Amino acid sequence: MAKYVLKRILLMFFTLFVITTICFVLIRILPRELPQDKNQQALILARWEALGYNEPLLIQYGIYLRNIFTAWDFGTSWSISMLTPAWEVVMDRLLPTVLVNLYSLILSIPFGIGLGVLAAIKKNKWQDHVISTLVMLFVSIPSYVYAFLVQYFLYFKLGWFPLNVYSLADAGGSWFTWKMFYSMIPPVFALSFGTIAGLTRFTRAELTETLTSDYMLLARTKGLTRAQATTRHALKNAMVPILPMIISSFIGILGGSMIIEQIFSIPGVGQLYIRSITFRDYDVFMMDSIFYTFVGLLAGIVVDISYGFIDPRIRMGEK
Amino acid sequence: MDNENKQTNLPEETKIPKEKFAFANVGEKLSDKKFDTKPIGYFKDAWIRFRKNKASVVAAVIILAIVLYAIFVPLFNFRYDASFMDTYYSKKGPRNLILREIGIADGGMTRDFNERALIKEIAKGIGAEDADGEGATWEEGKDSYYQPILKIKNEYMQAGKTVYSAKIDTYLEVGFLYRSIQQSEYANIVAWQEETGIQVLYPLVDTANGYCYDATDANYWYKTDAKANPVTTKNGEDKSISLDDGVPLEDNYKRDADGNVIYYEYTGGGDATTAQYKVRILYYNYYRYVNGFEPEYIFGTDSQGYDLALRLASGIKLSLLVAISVSLINFLIGAIYGAIEGYYGGAIDLFLERIADILSGVPFIVVATLFQIHLAASWGPIPSLLFAFVLTGWIGTSSRVRTQFYRFKNQEYVMAARTLGARDRRIIWKHIFPNSLGTIITSSVLVIPSVIFSESMLSFLGIINLGGSTMTSLGTLLSDASSIWTNYPHLMIIPAIVISLLMICFNLFGNGLRDAFNPSLRGVEE
Repeated sequence: MAKYVLKRILLMFFTLFVITTICFVLIRILPRELPQDKNQQALILARWEALGYNEPLLIQYGIYLRNIFTAWDFGTSWSISMLTPAWEVVMDRLLPTVLVNLYSLILSIPFGIGLGVLAAIKKNKWQDHVISTLVMLFVSIPSYVYAFLVQYFLYFKLGWFPLNVYSLADAGGSWFTWKMFYSMIPPVFALSFGTIAGLTRFTRAELTETLTSDYMLLARTKGLTRAQATTRHALKNAMVPILPMIISSFIGILGGSMIIEQIFSIPGVGQLYIRSITFRDYDVFMMDSIFYTFVGLLAGIVVDISYGFIDPRIRMGEK
Repeated sequence: MDNENKQTNLPEETKIPKEKFAFANVGEKLSDKKFDTKPIGYFKDAWIRFRKNKASVVAAVIILAIVLYAIFVPLFNFRYDASFMDTYYSKKGPRNLILREIGIADGGMTRDFNERALIKEIAKGIGAEDADGEGATWEEGKDSYYQPILKIKNEYMQAGKTVYSAKIDTYLEVGFLYRSIQQSEYANIVAWQEETGIQVLYPLVDTANGYCYDATDANYWYKTDAKANPVTTKNGEDKSISLDDGVPLEDNYKRDADGNVIYYEYTGGGDATTAQYKVRILYYNYYRYVNGFEPEYIFGTDSQGYDLALRLASGIKLSLLVAISVSLINFLIGAIYGAIEGYYGGAIDLFLERIADILSGVPFIVVATLFQIHLAASWGPIPSLLFAFVLTGWIGTSSRVRTQFYRFKNQEYVMAARTLGARDRRIIWKHIFPNSLGTIITSSVLVIPSVIFSESMLSFLGIINLGGSTMTSLGTLLSDASSIWTNYPHLMIIPAIVISLLMICFNLFGNGLRDAFNPSLRGVEE
């Protein structure tokens, strides 16, 4: 198992390296833009010279890698947050993204699994039909449509919630105040519809499969009630694929949803990505791209490894 | 000896002499009887099963309807094409002259007015009835065809003042405009007015006598004080008019020495052909004069004044075309790549899988952004978008094909074909590939909604821009609406409904196909 994990991690870093290289080349060859201010122009030009931005591309890449490995320096923001290290710029935006998505997951998981279990137990009864139809609708409708519906009803019609997430200053200087949480409720709702539907569909599919399996028949013949057999046997087995999916969603929350962040003006990683393109802040853009790639790769690898931890049969099969 | 004994033991009636026997089929060709029923092939079988899935059939019909809409609505719109626009009628709601009579699609919007603003709106109707400066009453104005206020829904007090919540026809709300035209056009309009009896030109307003609140706003045709409140000067002094007085609004028209109203005013230019004249027009009728029909937009107009119904059609067309081309290209690349991986296996598979692994690690949004930045200028936004979709899109298809090939490549019929001397290429495409076709088609169909979604997301985020005078995508329509939809909800609702419908229907359709093609479901149905 350890060997397998190590192999996967090494492979992940190799992939990350290749993608970073490609992104670096594609981003560095873009023409850079100078700010309007003449004094700043001179300053920035001098800094670029000193940082080796005028060297040949290969040497630039060498410098870039050296800075990462020796000083954990992913470049500098040149316009969004003047002269702040790109790493810090991205990490500053991480907390709001994580919070909104975390709240959404905490809301979605019980609903998703609960509805999925209900649909599977009542398979082909009206409850299942209602749930399955709704799931089909909610899975298909794009998330921004929910965002507009949520904004329309919760803000314009009912006026219960603010239109956008409060800025840090408005909410009392912390991401953890009650006021901040309150303003995050609309985006959390907008995110949750799709997640709940996806989780419900997945749970239903897995549980119906385990419910019809032979060991369930055995469990019932040996005298367990239906509820006992379902919770002790079917649900446990159904969790084997469901849990990794949930774990990967927890890693996915680092990435968040760009579109939701844009609509609700959440100052998160996704919004930073869009801003870094519009302001042509390429070092931040580069950092953000690496970050998204890393999160994606990490989610994939964690799913594979968690399968092995959750289900011993898969671990045995690996050997 | 034994035979003879047996024969003798048999009952009497079976004792038939040898001569009576004759060969039944001597000289005839013997062959199997042809089936009375028609053979059912793979696709026919799938079709039969697909038909039973009601939801998928409905979804397919809706998709077809949307496609037909996109194709035929622009074709059957004889009045104008997709590049037709009118800047004064931008962001207007749905309006249809027939449906207007029953209170839907009347271009209406409910808004709050204070008394002064409400009088200004009602005055547009009164002014429209007063083309010759002889005056019009409130009743005439309220009943006028050009009256913007459709209905006063509610009045309430707020901070000591009455607020009127009224439904207003946003097309008629434009009211009067000043326009600078040449003499020839003036003559044309006058001729058209006489021919049709529709009044376009209205008397000019005296902007200099102190009773005109805003000299640039042609809707202030009545006398107002410095705060834009209507006044009457009948008794020698200025007196405000309120809504319930019943005192008629007093016109502020410019008149010549004989007291006749003036319809045009020379503003500049040299000879008879270039001279410019200032006129005051009722825009609704001016539109009719220019275009020959009344403004009617069944879905309203978009933020620039294009007909949303046509924009929607071209948006659907572009989004679907992009989605279908991506799906086809992915199908091709994925099938070939997956077939090679799965069929040859071993080192080739491992190597190709690594490449696919690395590519699939690149987040789509990063690819799309980089392609857009680098290629959009030289290749145009659509090819670079297609490229971004294709770069990582085929991986899903290829891994599906690969799995299918692993499943089928060691089956007996493949071995038989190989023994008979078939080449690799023949085995791959003729023998194994058709078996995995169902799975691949299903996944290709399911690619379509995801491409539509990704395209709309990228447009929405402003990473790509597919908007133009004759071209737009569903995502572009949504992103156009995103900043102003709170005031003009139809701009958001209509594209959002279409996009959601497309997503739902393609997903249902794809699921139906999957169930139809998946032979493991055979016999499971009730």
